[in-house]
Amino acid sequence: MGISQVSIFLENRAGGLADVTDVLAQNDIDIRALTLADMADFGILRLIVDDPDRTRNVLKAAGFTADKTRVVAVEVPDKPGGLAATLRALRQGKVNVEYMYFAARTRAGRAVLIFRFDELDRALDVLREAGVVVLSTLNAV
Amino acid sequence: MSTWNDPAGGFHPVSVTDYLPRARLEEIQLQRLRSVVTRAYDRVDLFRGRMEERKLTPASIRHLEDLAQLPFTVKADLRDTYPFGLFASPMEEIVRLHASSGTTGKPIVVAYTREDIEVWKEVMVRTFVSCGVHRGDVIQNCYGYGLFTGGLGAHYGGEALGATVIPMSGGNNERQLMVMHDFGVTVVCSTPSYFLHLVEHAQHARTPVRVRVGVFGAEPWSEAMRQRIQSDTGIRAYDIYGLSEIIGPGVGAECSAQAGLHLFEDHFLPEIIDPATGQVLPDGTEGELVLTTLSKQAMPMIRYRTRDVTTLVPEPCSCGRTLRRIRRIERRSDDMFIIRGVNVFPSQVETALLQVEGTLPHYEIVLTREKGLDQMEVRVEVTPEVFSDTMRALEAVHKKLADAVDHILGIRVAVTLVEPRSIARSEGKAKRVIDKRKL
Repeated sequence: MGISQVSIFLENRAGGLADVTDVLAQNDIDIRALTLADMADFGILRLIVDDPDRTRNVLKAAGFTADKTRVVAVEVPDKPGGLAATLRALRQGKVNVEYMYFAARTRAGRAVLIFRFDELDRALDVLREAGVVVLSTLNAV
Repeated sequence: MSTWNDPAGGFHPVSVTDYLPRARLEEIQLQRLRSVVTRAYDRVDLFRGRMEERKLTPASIRHLEDLAQLPFTVKADLRDTYPFGLFASPMEEIVRLHASSGTTGKPIVVAYTREDIEVWKEVMVRTFVSCGVHRGDVIQNCYGYGLFTGGLGAHYGGEALGATVIPMSGGNNERQLMVMHDFGVTVVCSTPSYFLHLVEHAQHARTPVRVRVGVFGAEPWSEAMRQRIQSDTGIRAYDIYGLSEIIGPGVGAECSAQAGLHLFEDHFLPEIIDPATGQVLPDGTEGELVLTTLSKQAMPMIRYRTRDVTTLVPEPCSCGRTLRRIRRIERRSDDMFIIRGVNVFPSQVETALLQVEGTLPHYEIVLTREKGLDQMEVRVEVTPEVFSDTMRALEAVHKKLADAVDHILGIRVAVTLVEPRSIARSEGKAKRVIDKRKL
Protein backbone atom coordinates (compact mmCIF):
# COMPACT_ATOMS: atom_id res chain seq x y z
CA MET A 1 0.00 0.00 0.00
CA GLY A 2 1.04 3.58 -0.39
CA ILE A 3 1.64 5.55 -3.57
CA SER A 4 4.72 6.54 -5.55
CA GLN A 5 6.26 9.94 -5.23
CA VAL A 6 8.93 11.26 -7.57
CA SER A 7 11.61 13.43 -5.97
CA ILE A 8 14.05 15.55 -7.91
CA PHE A 9 17.30 17.23 -6.86
CA LEU A 10 17.38 20.95 -7.63
CA GLU A 11 20.29 23.35 -7.48
CA ASN A 12 19.55 26.74 -6.05
CA ARG A 13 19.57 28.73 -9.29
CA ALA A 14 17.13 30.85 -11.23
CA GLY A 15 15.04 28.78 -13.63
CA GLY A 16 15.81 25.45 -12.01
CA LEU A 17 12.21 24.67 -11.21
CA ALA A 18 10.99 25.80 -14.63
CA ASP A 19 13.43 23.36 -16.27
CA VAL A 20 11.64 20.51 -14.49
CA THR A 21 8.09 21.70 -15.21
CA ASP A 22 9.05 22.16 -18.89
CA VAL A 23 10.02 18.51 -19.12
CA LEU A 24 6.75 17.49 -17.42
CA ALA A 25 4.67 19.67 -19.74
CA GLN A 26 6.42 18.39 -22.87
CA ASN A 27 5.61 14.84 -21.77
CA ASP A 28 1.99 15.55 -20.83
CA ILE A 29 2.54 14.63 -17.22
CA ASP A 30 -0.18 15.68 -14.81
CA ILE A 31 0.87 16.94 -11.37
CA ARG A 32 -1.49 15.89 -8.56
CA ALA A 33 0.53 17.16 -5.63
CA LEU A 34 3.76 19.05 -5.20
CA THR A 35 6.06 20.39 -2.52
CA LEU A 36 9.46 22.04 -2.61
CA ALA A 37 11.91 21.70 0.25
CA ASP A 38 14.66 24.27 0.14
CA MET A 39 18.02 24.64 1.85
CA ALA A 40 20.58 27.38 1.34
CA ASP A 41 22.31 25.68 -1.58
CA PHE A 42 19.89 23.14 -2.94
CA GLY A 43 16.31 21.94 -2.89
CA ILE A 44 14.24 18.82 -3.34
CA LEU A 45 11.10 18.89 -5.45
CA ARG A 46 8.58 16.18 -4.58
CA LEU A 47 5.75 15.31 -6.94
CA ILE A 48 2.76 13.04 -7.11
CA VAL A 49 2.01 12.50 -10.79
CA ASP A 50 -0.25 10.34 -12.91
CA ASP A 51 2.61 8.13 -14.14
CA PRO A 52 5.57 8.09 -11.73
CA ASP A 53 7.72 5.56 -13.64
CA ARG A 54 7.47 7.47 -16.90
CA THR A 55 8.04 10.75 -15.04
CA ARG A 56 11.21 9.49 -13.46
CA ASN A 57 12.47 8.19 -16.78
CA VAL A 58 11.86 11.37 -18.73
CA LEU A 59 13.48 13.45 -15.98
CA LYS A 60 16.51 11.17 -15.88
CA ALA A 61 16.77 11.38 -19.65
CA ALA A 62 16.71 15.17 -19.32
CA GLY A 63 19.70 14.97 -16.95
CA PHE A 64 18.03 15.33 -13.57
CA THR A 65 18.67 13.18 -10.53
CA ALA A 66 15.22 11.77 -9.77
CA ASP A 67 14.10 9.01 -7.48
CA LYS A 68 10.89 7.18 -6.58
CA THR A 69 9.73 6.87 -2.97
CA ARG A 70 6.70 5.28 -1.31
CA VAL A 71 4.47 7.77 0.48
CA VAL A 72 0.99 7.59 1.99
CA ALA A 73 -2.02 9.57 0.72
CA VAL A 74 -4.71 10.20 3.29
CA GLU A 75 -8.14 11.75 2.75
CA VAL A 76 -9.59 13.83 5.58
CA PRO A 77 -12.73 15.95 5.91
CA ASP A 78 -11.99 19.51 4.78
CA LYS A 79 -13.07 21.17 8.01
CA PRO A 80 -11.46 22.44 11.22
CA GLY A 81 -9.92 19.50 13.11
CA GLY A 82 -9.85 17.30 10.02
CA LEU A 83 -6.06 17.11 10.02
CA ALA A 84 -5.78 17.05 13.80
CA ALA A 85 -7.53 13.68 14.13
CA THR A 86 -5.05 12.01 11.77
CA LEU A 87 -2.00 13.49 13.46
CA ARG A 88 -3.39 12.55 16.86
CA ALA A 89 -3.57 8.94 15.75
CA LEU A 90 0.03 9.07 14.54
CA ARG A 91 1.18 10.60 17.79
CA GLN A 92 -0.57 7.91 19.76
CA GLY A 93 1.05 5.23 17.63
CA LYS A 94 4.45 6.98 18.07
CA VAL A 95 4.96 7.23 14.32
CA ASN A 96 7.45 9.79 13.05
CA VAL A 97 6.44 12.02 10.15
CA GLU A 98 9.43 12.75 7.94
CA TYR A 99 7.48 15.42 6.03
CA MET A 100 3.96 16.05 4.72
CA TYR A 101 2.12 18.25 2.23
CA PHE A 102 -1.28 18.79 0.61
CA ALA A 103 -2.46 17.54 -2.74
CA ALA A 104 -3.58 20.11 -5.30
CA ARG A 105 -6.84 18.58 -6.36
CA THR A 106 -9.44 16.89 -4.15
CA ARG A 107 -13.08 15.93 -4.07
CA ALA A 108 -15.45 18.54 -2.72
CA GLY A 109 -15.39 18.76 1.05
CA ARG A 110 -12.29 16.60 1.28
CA ALA A 111 -8.59 17.34 1.66
CA VAL A 112 -5.79 14.97 0.64
CA LEU A 113 -2.52 14.80 2.57
CA ILE A 114 0.69 13.18 1.48
CA PHE A 115 2.82 11.72 4.29
CA ARG A 116 6.39 10.48 4.18
CA PHE A 117 7.15 8.02 7.00
CA ASP A 118 10.33 6.23 7.94
CA GLU A 119 8.31 3.17 8.97
CA LEU A 120 5.71 3.05 6.23
CA ASP A 121 4.09 -0.29 7.09
CA ARG A 122 3.66 0.50 10.75
CA ALA A 123 2.26 3.93 9.89
CA LEU A 124 -0.31 2.31 7.60
CA ASP A 125 -1.39 -0.05 10.39
CA VAL A 126 -1.78 2.84 12.83
CA LEU A 127 -3.79 4.90 10.32
CA ARG A 128 -6.12 2.04 9.39
CA GLU A 129 -6.69 1.15 13.01
CA ALA A 130 -7.70 4.76 13.65
CA GLY A 131 -10.17 4.58 10.75
CA VAL A 132 -8.30 7.11 8.56
CA VAL A 133 -9.05 6.86 4.82
CA VAL A 134 -5.87 5.80 3.02
CA LEU A 135 -5.98 6.24 -0.78
CA SER A 136 -4.35 3.78 -3.16
CA THR A 137 -4.16 6.31 -5.98
CA LEU A 138 -4.71 10.01 -6.62
CA ASN A 139 -5.73 9.37 -10.22
CA ALA A 140 -9.39 8.90 -9.35
CA VAL A 141 -9.56 12.09 -7.30
CA MET B 1 80.96 49.32 2.88
CA SER B 2 77.89 51.36 2.23
CA THR B 3 76.91 49.23 -0.77
CA TRP B 4 75.73 46.42 1.41
CA ASN B 5 74.08 48.70 3.86
CA ASP B 6 70.70 48.64 2.21
CA PRO B 7 69.10 51.96 3.18
CA ALA B 8 65.69 50.38 3.52
CA GLY B 9 67.02 47.26 5.14
CA GLY B 10 69.38 48.45 7.82
CA PHE B 11 72.55 46.49 8.31
CA HIS B 12 73.37 42.98 9.36
CA PRO B 13 76.79 41.38 8.84
CA VAL B 14 75.31 38.17 7.49
CA SER B 15 73.90 40.06 4.49
CA VAL B 16 77.40 40.68 3.15
CA THR B 17 76.99 37.56 1.03
CA ASP B 18 74.13 39.25 -0.82
CA TYR B 19 76.65 41.68 -2.36
CA LEU B 20 79.55 39.39 -3.36
CA PRO B 21 81.06 39.92 -6.80
CA ARG B 22 79.51 37.38 -9.20
CA ALA B 23 82.85 35.65 -9.86
CA ARG B 24 83.43 35.09 -6.16
CA LEU B 25 79.84 33.90 -5.68
CA GLU B 26 80.27 31.39 -8.52
CA GLU B 27 83.48 30.07 -6.98
CA ILE B 28 81.58 29.41 -3.77
CA GLN B 29 78.72 27.82 -5.70
CA LEU B 30 81.00 25.42 -7.57
CA GLN B 31 82.90 24.41 -4.48
CA ARG B 32 79.67 23.74 -2.60
CA LEU B 33 78.04 22.01 -5.56
CA ARG B 34 80.88 19.50 -5.79
CA SER B 35 80.65 18.87 -2.10
CA VAL B 36 76.86 18.40 -2.03
CA VAL B 37 76.89 16.10 -5.06
CA THR B 38 79.59 14.00 -3.40
CA ARG B 39 77.53 13.86 -0.22
CA ALA B 40 74.37 12.84 -2.06
CA TYR B 41 76.25 10.24 -4.13
CA ASP B 42 78.00 8.73 -1.13
CA ARG B 43 75.06 8.68 1.23
CA VAL B 44 71.74 8.49 -0.65
CA ASP B 45 70.91 5.37 -2.66
CA LEU B 46 68.48 7.13 -4.95
CA PHE B 47 70.98 9.78 -6.06
CA ARG B 48 73.85 7.31 -6.48
CA GLY B 49 71.66 4.91 -8.45
CA ARG B 50 70.50 7.61 -10.83
CA MET B 51 74.00 8.96 -11.36
CA GLU B 52 75.38 5.47 -12.01
CA GLU B 53 72.66 4.91 -14.62
CA ARG B 54 74.08 7.93 -16.43
CA LYS B 55 77.68 6.86 -15.79
CA LEU B 56 78.29 9.96 -13.71
CA THR B 57 80.39 10.34 -10.58
CA PRO B 58 80.90 13.39 -8.36
CA ALA B 59 84.09 13.97 -10.36
CA SER B 60 81.91 14.67 -13.41
CA ILE B 61 81.08 18.06 -11.90
CA ARG B 62 83.90 20.35 -12.97
CA HIS B 63 81.96 23.48 -13.83
CA LEU B 64 78.64 24.90 -12.71
CA GLU B 65 77.23 24.07 -16.14
CA ASP B 66 77.89 20.36 -15.51
CA LEU B 67 74.91 20.44 -13.15
CA ALA B 68 72.68 20.05 -16.21
CA GLN B 69 73.94 16.47 -16.67
CA LEU B 70 72.55 15.39 -13.32
CA PRO B 71 69.10 13.81 -13.07
CA PHE B 72 66.15 15.73 -11.63
CA THR B 73 64.55 15.03 -8.28
CA VAL B 74 60.75 15.32 -8.04
CA LYS B 75 58.20 15.42 -5.25
CA ALA B 76 57.24 11.80 -5.94
CA ASP B 77 60.81 10.80 -4.99
CA LEU B 78 60.21 12.16 -1.49
CA ARG B 79 56.93 10.31 -1.28
CA ASP B 80 58.37 7.04 -2.63
CA THR B 81 61.20 7.11 -0.09
CA TYR B 82 58.89 8.09 2.81
CA PRO B 83 59.78 8.78 5.50
CA PHE B 84 63.60 8.88 5.73
CA GLY B 85 64.87 7.45 2.42
CA LEU B 86 66.58 10.62 1.18
CA PHE B 87 68.38 11.44 4.43
CA ALA B 88 72.13 11.86 4.07
CA SER B 89 72.81 12.10 7.81
CA PRO B 90 72.36 9.52 10.56
CA MET B 91 69.53 10.20 12.99
CA GLU B 92 72.07 11.17 15.68
CA GLU B 93 72.95 14.25 13.61
CA ILE B 94 69.40 15.22 12.71
CA VAL B 95 67.95 17.75 15.12
CA ARG B 96 64.66 18.62 13.43
CA LEU B 97 62.00 17.07 11.22
CA HIS B 98 59.26 18.91 9.35
CA ALA B 99 56.60 17.56 7.02
CA SER B 100 54.27 18.89 4.39
CA SER B 101 51.16 17.53 2.76
CA GLY B 102 51.58 14.98 0.02
CA THR B 103 49.21 13.93 -2.73
CA THR B 104 48.12 10.64 -1.24
CA GLY B 105 47.62 11.41 2.42
CA LYS B 106 51.19 10.55 3.41
CA PRO B 107 53.20 13.71 4.00
CA ILE B 108 56.71 14.29 2.75
CA VAL B 109 59.32 14.54 5.48
CA VAL B 110 62.30 16.89 5.54
CA ALA B 111 65.26 16.85 7.94
CA TYR B 112 67.78 19.30 9.34
CA THR B 113 71.13 18.90 11.04
CA ARG B 114 72.33 21.57 13.45
CA GLU B 115 74.31 23.09 10.56
CA ASP B 116 71.18 23.10 8.38
CA ILE B 117 69.27 24.98 11.07
CA GLU B 118 72.09 27.54 11.18
CA VAL B 119 71.89 28.01 7.41
CA TRP B 120 68.12 28.33 7.63
CA LYS B 121 68.47 31.02 10.31
CA GLU B 122 71.04 32.80 8.18
CA VAL B 123 68.88 32.92 5.05
CA MET B 124 65.89 34.04 7.10
CA VAL B 125 67.97 36.85 8.64
CA ARG B 126 68.97 37.87 5.11
CA THR B 127 65.30 37.65 4.13
CA PHE B 128 64.25 39.98 6.95
CA VAL B 129 67.09 42.43 6.27
CA SER B 130 66.14 42.44 2.61
CA CYS B 131 62.57 43.31 3.59
CA GLY B 132 63.78 46.21 5.75
CA VAL B 133 63.32 44.49 9.11
CA HIS B 134 65.90 45.10 11.81
CA ARG B 135 66.72 44.80 15.48
CA GLY B 136 64.10 46.58 17.53
CA ASP B 137 61.28 45.46 15.27
CA VAL B 138 58.43 43.50 16.83
CA ILE B 139 57.47 40.63 14.54
CA GLN B 140 54.03 39.06 14.71
CA ASN B 141 54.58 35.66 13.16
CA CYS B 142 51.25 34.35 11.84
CA TYR B 143 52.79 31.47 9.90
CA GLY B 144 51.64 28.16 11.31
CA TYR B 145 53.87 26.62 13.95
CA GLY B 146 54.21 22.87 13.77
CA LEU B 147 55.07 20.51 10.96
CA PHE B 148 54.78 23.37 8.44
CA THR B 149 58.18 25.03 7.96
CA GLY B 150 56.78 28.57 7.84
CA GLY B 151 56.29 29.20 11.54
CA LEU B 152 59.59 27.99 12.97
CA GLY B 153 61.57 29.19 9.93
CA ALA B 154 60.46 32.79 10.38
CA HIS B 155 60.66 32.45 14.17
CA TYR B 156 64.32 31.44 14.36
CA GLY B 157 65.29 33.92 11.65
CA GLY B 158 63.59 36.77 13.47
CA GLU B 159 65.29 35.89 16.75
CA ALA B 160 68.68 35.50 15.08
CA LEU B 161 68.25 38.94 13.57
CA GLY B 162 67.69 40.30 17.05
CA ALA B 163 64.10 41.33 16.51
CA THR B 164 61.33 40.52 19.00
CA VAL B 165 59.28 37.58 17.76
CA ILE B 166 55.70 36.90 18.84
CA PRO B 167 54.86 33.27 17.96
CA MET B 168 51.18 33.76 17.09
CA SER B 169 50.46 31.16 14.42
CA GLY B 170 47.25 31.72 12.44
CA GLY B 171 43.65 32.08 13.57
CA ASN B 172 41.80 33.97 16.28
CA ASN B 173 41.52 37.34 14.55
CA GLU B 174 40.47 39.21 17.69
CA ARG B 175 43.57 38.14 19.56
CA GLN B 176 45.81 38.80 16.53
CA LEU B 177 44.54 42.38 16.43
CA MET B 178 44.80 42.85 20.16
CA VAL B 179 48.45 41.69 20.12
CA MET B 180 49.19 43.77 17.02
CA HIS B 181 47.92 46.84 18.82
CA ASP B 182 48.99 46.26 22.42
CA PHE B 183 52.48 44.86 21.69
CA GLY B 184 53.36 47.58 19.20
CA VAL B 185 53.86 45.15 16.32
CA THR B 186 55.89 46.63 13.45
CA VAL B 187 56.28 43.56 11.19
CA VAL B 188 53.73 40.93 10.24
CA CYS B 189 54.70 37.56 8.74
CA SER B 190 51.73 35.85 7.11
CA THR B 191 50.16 34.94 3.83
CA PRO B 192 49.09 38.12 2.01
CA SER B 193 45.47 37.00 2.00
CA TYR B 194 45.48 36.41 5.74
CA PHE B 195 46.88 39.88 6.33
CA LEU B 196 44.14 41.39 4.17
CA HIS B 197 41.64 39.39 6.16
CA LEU B 198 43.01 40.86 9.39
CA VAL B 199 42.90 44.35 7.88
CA GLU B 200 39.22 43.87 7.03
CA HIS B 201 38.60 42.80 10.59
CA ALA B 202 40.58 45.72 12.00
CA GLN B 203 38.48 48.22 10.09
CA HIS B 204 35.46 47.01 11.98
CA ALA B 205 37.35 47.12 15.25
CA ARG B 206 38.97 50.49 14.41
CA THR B 207 42.27 49.48 15.97
CA PRO B 208 45.18 51.74 15.07
CA VAL B 209 48.40 49.78 14.54
CA ARG B 210 52.06 50.59 13.97
CA VAL B 211 52.79 47.86 11.44
CA ARG B 212 55.41 49.06 8.95
CA VAL B 213 56.40 45.93 7.00
CA GLY B 214 54.61 42.81 5.78
CA VAL B 215 56.72 39.74 5.03
CA PHE B 216 54.33 37.78 2.89
CA GLY B 217 54.70 34.31 1.40
CA ALA B 218 53.36 30.77 1.17
CA GLU B 219 50.86 31.61 -1.56
CA PRO B 220 50.81 33.28 -4.97
CA TRP B 221 49.80 36.92 -5.07
CA SER B 222 50.07 39.71 -7.58
CA GLU B 223 51.51 43.16 -7.99
CA ALA B 224 47.95 44.53 -7.95
CA MET B 225 47.36 42.94 -4.57
CA ARG B 226 50.60 44.42 -3.25
CA GLN B 227 49.60 47.87 -4.43
CA ARG B 228 46.23 47.45 -2.75
CA ILE B 229 47.75 46.33 0.55
CA GLN B 230 50.32 49.14 0.49
CA SER B 231 47.83 51.87 -0.36
CA ASP B 232 45.13 50.61 2.01
CA THR B 233 47.39 50.12 5.01
CA GLY B 234 50.48 52.24 4.43
CA ILE B 235 52.84 49.30 5.04
CA ARG B 236 55.56 48.01 2.73
CA ALA B 237 54.56 44.54 1.52
CA TYR B 238 57.34 42.15 0.48
CA ASP B 239 57.14 38.78 -1.21
CA ILE B 240 59.27 35.93 0.07
CA TYR B 241 59.78 32.46 -1.37
CA GLY B 242 60.59 29.05 -0.06
CA LEU B 243 59.57 25.42 0.01
CA SER B 244 60.01 22.68 2.57
CA GLU B 245 61.87 20.36 0.19
CA ILE B 246 64.63 22.95 -0.15
CA ILE B 247 64.66 24.43 3.37
CA GLY B 248 61.35 26.19 4.06
CA PRO B 249 60.98 29.97 3.86
CA GLY B 250 64.26 31.72 3.12
CA VAL B 251 65.00 30.55 -0.43
CA GLY B 252 64.44 34.02 -1.82
CA ALA B 253 63.11 37.44 -0.86
CA GLU B 254 62.32 40.81 -2.32
CA CYS B 255 64.39 43.86 -1.50
CA SER B 256 63.55 47.55 -1.27
CA ALA B 257 63.32 47.67 -5.09
CA GLN B 258 60.30 45.30 -4.98
CA ALA B 259 61.22 44.06 -8.44
CA GLY B 260 61.63 40.32 -8.13
CA LEU B 261 62.93 38.04 -5.40
CA HIS B 262 66.68 37.63 -4.84
CA LEU B 263 67.56 33.96 -4.46
CA PHE B 264 70.13 33.15 -1.82
CA GLU B 265 72.26 31.63 -4.51
CA ASP B 266 75.18 30.74 -2.29
CA HIS B 267 72.90 28.09 -0.71
CA PHE B 268 70.35 27.34 -3.44
CA LEU B 269 71.53 27.07 -7.03
CA PRO B 270 68.72 27.96 -9.47
CA GLU B 271 68.06 26.78 -13.00
CA ILE B 272 65.10 27.44 -15.27
CA ILE B 273 63.99 24.53 -17.43
CA ASP B 274 61.39 23.82 -20.04
CA PRO B 275 58.91 21.73 -18.01
CA ALA B 276 58.07 19.59 -21.03
CA THR B 277 61.59 18.70 -22.21
CA GLY B 278 63.73 19.30 -19.12
CA GLN B 279 66.10 21.48 -21.20
CA VAL B 280 67.85 24.27 -19.32
CA LEU B 281 66.68 27.67 -20.56
CA PRO B 282 68.78 30.84 -20.64
CA ASP B 283 68.25 33.56 -18.01
CA GLY B 284 65.37 35.82 -18.92
CA THR B 285 63.24 32.97 -20.29
CA GLU B 286 60.16 31.77 -18.47
CA GLY B 287 60.14 28.17 -17.29
CA GLU B 288 60.07 25.90 -14.28
CA LEU B 289 62.38 26.73 -11.39
CA VAL B 290 64.77 23.92 -10.45
CA LEU B 291 66.81 24.25 -7.26
CA THR B 292 69.87 22.44 -5.96
CA THR B 293 70.72 22.84 -2.30
CA LEU B 294 74.39 23.72 -2.00
CA SER B 295 74.89 23.39 1.73
CA LYS B 296 72.16 21.06 3.02
CA GLN B 297 73.57 18.25 5.12
CA ALA B 298 70.61 16.16 6.28
CA MET B 299 68.70 16.15 3.02
CA PRO B 300 70.52 17.42 -0.05
CA MET B 301 68.31 18.06 -3.05
CA ILE B 302 69.87 17.74 -6.46
CA ARG B 303 67.98 19.56 -9.24
CA TYR B 304 64.66 19.55 -7.41
CA ARG B 305 61.77 20.43 -9.71
CA THR B 306 59.73 23.02 -7.80
CA ARG B 307 56.90 23.12 -10.40
CA ASP B 308 56.85 26.86 -9.85
CA VAL B 309 56.94 28.80 -13.10
CA THR B 310 59.08 31.94 -13.19
CA THR B 311 61.94 33.75 -14.94
CA LEU B 312 65.51 34.30 -13.73
CA VAL B 313 66.36 37.99 -13.97
CA PRO B 314 70.11 38.35 -14.57
CA GLU B 315 70.27 42.18 -14.60
CA PRO B 316 71.83 43.86 -11.57
CA CYS B 317 69.31 45.16 -9.04
CA SER B 318 69.11 48.79 -7.95
CA CYS B 319 69.49 47.64 -4.32
CA GLY B 320 73.07 46.58 -5.05
CA ARG B 321 72.62 42.88 -4.33
CA THR B 322 74.41 40.67 -6.84
CA LEU B 323 72.09 37.72 -6.28
CA ARG B 324 69.96 36.91 -9.29
CA ARG B 325 66.24 37.48 -8.94
CA ILE B 326 63.21 35.44 -9.90
CA ARG B 327 59.98 37.06 -10.94
CA ARG B 328 57.06 36.67 -8.61
CA ILE B 329 55.55 33.19 -8.97
CA GLU B 330 52.01 33.27 -10.25
CA ARG B 331 51.52 29.80 -11.61
CA ARG B 332 52.73 26.22 -11.55
CA SER B 333 53.61 23.60 -14.12
CA ASP B 334 51.39 21.00 -12.41
CA ASP B 335 47.83 21.09 -11.11
CA MET B 336 48.69 21.96 -7.52
CA PHE B 337 47.21 25.15 -6.16
CA ILE B 338 47.61 26.98 -2.89
CA ILE B 339 44.67 28.00 -0.80
CA ARG B 340 45.18 29.95 2.42
CA GLY B 341 48.79 28.80 2.51
CA VAL B 342 47.92 25.12 2.14
CA ASN B 343 49.13 23.13 -0.87
CA VAL B 344 46.24 21.31 -2.51
CA PHE B 345 46.24 18.80 -5.33
CA PRO B 346 42.89 18.06 -7.00
CA SER B 347 43.68 14.37 -6.51
CA GLN B 348 43.40 14.89 -2.74
CA VAL B 349 39.87 16.24 -3.15
CA GLU B 350 39.06 13.27 -5.35
CA THR B 351 40.38 10.87 -2.71
CA ALA B 352 38.16 12.54 -0.11
CA LEU B 353 35.02 12.34 -2.25
CA LEU B 354 35.70 8.70 -3.07
CA GLN B 355 35.80 7.86 0.61
CA VAL B 356 32.18 8.92 0.95
CA GLU B 357 30.66 7.72 -2.23
CA GLY B 358 32.31 4.52 -3.21
CA THR B 359 31.84 5.67 -6.79
CA LEU B 360 33.66 8.49 -8.53
CA PRO B 361 31.45 11.54 -8.58
CA HIS B 362 31.81 14.36 -11.01
CA TYR B 363 33.27 17.33 -9.26
CA GLU B 364 35.02 20.59 -9.87
CA ILE B 365 36.95 22.98 -7.67
CA VAL B 366 36.19 26.67 -7.91
CA LEU B 367 38.68 29.11 -6.42
CA THR B 368 37.68 32.67 -5.70
CA ARG B 369 39.05 35.49 -3.61
CA GLU B 370 36.60 37.43 -1.49
CA LYS B 371 37.86 40.49 0.34
CA GLY B 372 41.40 39.22 -0.07
CA LEU B 373 40.67 35.82 1.41
CA ASP B 374 40.92 32.72 -0.73
CA GLN B 375 37.76 30.69 -0.96
CA MET B 376 37.56 27.16 -2.27
CA GLU B 377 34.34 25.52 -3.31
CA VAL B 378 34.05 21.85 -4.22
CA ARG B 379 31.03 21.35 -6.47
CA VAL B 380 29.84 17.74 -6.44
CA GLU B 381 27.18 16.37 -8.71
CA VAL B 382 24.38 14.54 -6.93
CA THR B 383 24.25 11.01 -8.27
CA PRO B 384 21.22 8.70 -7.89
CA GLU B 385 23.31 6.68 -5.39
CA VAL B 386 23.49 9.50 -2.87
CA PHE B 387 20.23 11.29 -3.65
CA SER B 388 17.37 11.06 -1.19
CA ASP B 389 13.91 12.61 -0.99
CA THR B 390 14.56 13.63 2.63
CA MET B 391 16.57 16.68 3.58
CA ARG B 392 18.00 14.86 6.55
CA ALA B 393 19.65 12.20 4.39
CA LEU B 394 20.87 14.69 1.81
CA GLU B 395 22.26 16.98 4.48
CA ALA B 396 24.05 13.99 6.00
CA VAL B 397 25.69 13.24 2.63
CA HIS B 398 26.64 16.88 2.32
CA LYS B 399 28.22 16.88 5.77
CA LYS B 400 30.08 13.63 5.12
CA LEU B 401 31.58 15.08 1.95
CA ALA B 402 32.59 18.31 3.70
CA ASP B 403 34.11 16.38 6.62
CA ALA B 404 36.06 14.08 4.31
CA VAL B 405 37.52 17.02 2.37
CA ASP B 406 38.29 18.82 5.63
CA HIS B 407 39.99 15.70 7.00
CA ILE B 408 42.28 15.24 4.00
CA LEU B 409 43.11 18.88 3.27
CA GLY B 410 43.18 20.12 6.84
CA ILE B 411 41.16 23.20 5.93
CA ARG B 412 37.41 23.82 5.88
CA VAL B 413 36.12 24.49 2.40
CA ALA B 414 32.63 24.91 0.98
CA VAL B 415 31.09 21.80 -0.53
CA THR B 416 28.11 22.38 -2.78
CA LEU B 417 25.81 19.73 -4.19
CA VAL B 418 24.90 20.45 -7.81
CA GLU B 419 22.65 18.90 -10.44
CA PRO B 420 24.13 16.28 -12.74
CA ARG B 421 25.65 17.70 -15.91
CA SER B 422 25.98 21.17 -14.44
CA ILE B 423 29.73 20.56 -14.47
CA ALA B 424 31.19 21.03 -17.91
CA ARG B 425 32.47 17.83 -19.47
CA SER B 426 35.64 18.31 -21.42
CA GLU B 427 37.34 16.12 -23.97
CA GLY B 428 40.03 13.98 -22.41
CA LYS B 429 41.41 15.17 -19.11
CA ALA B 430 38.73 16.80 -17.00
CA LYS B 431 39.33 20.38 -16.03
CA ARG B 432 38.92 20.07 -12.30
CA VAL B 433 40.05 23.46 -11.13
CA ILE B 434 38.47 26.75 -12.10
CA ASP B 435 40.58 29.53 -10.70
CA LYS B 436 38.65 32.79 -10.66
CA ARG B 437 41.04 34.51 -8.27
CA LYS B 438 42.32 37.81 -9.55
CA LEU B 439 45.90 37.78 -8.35
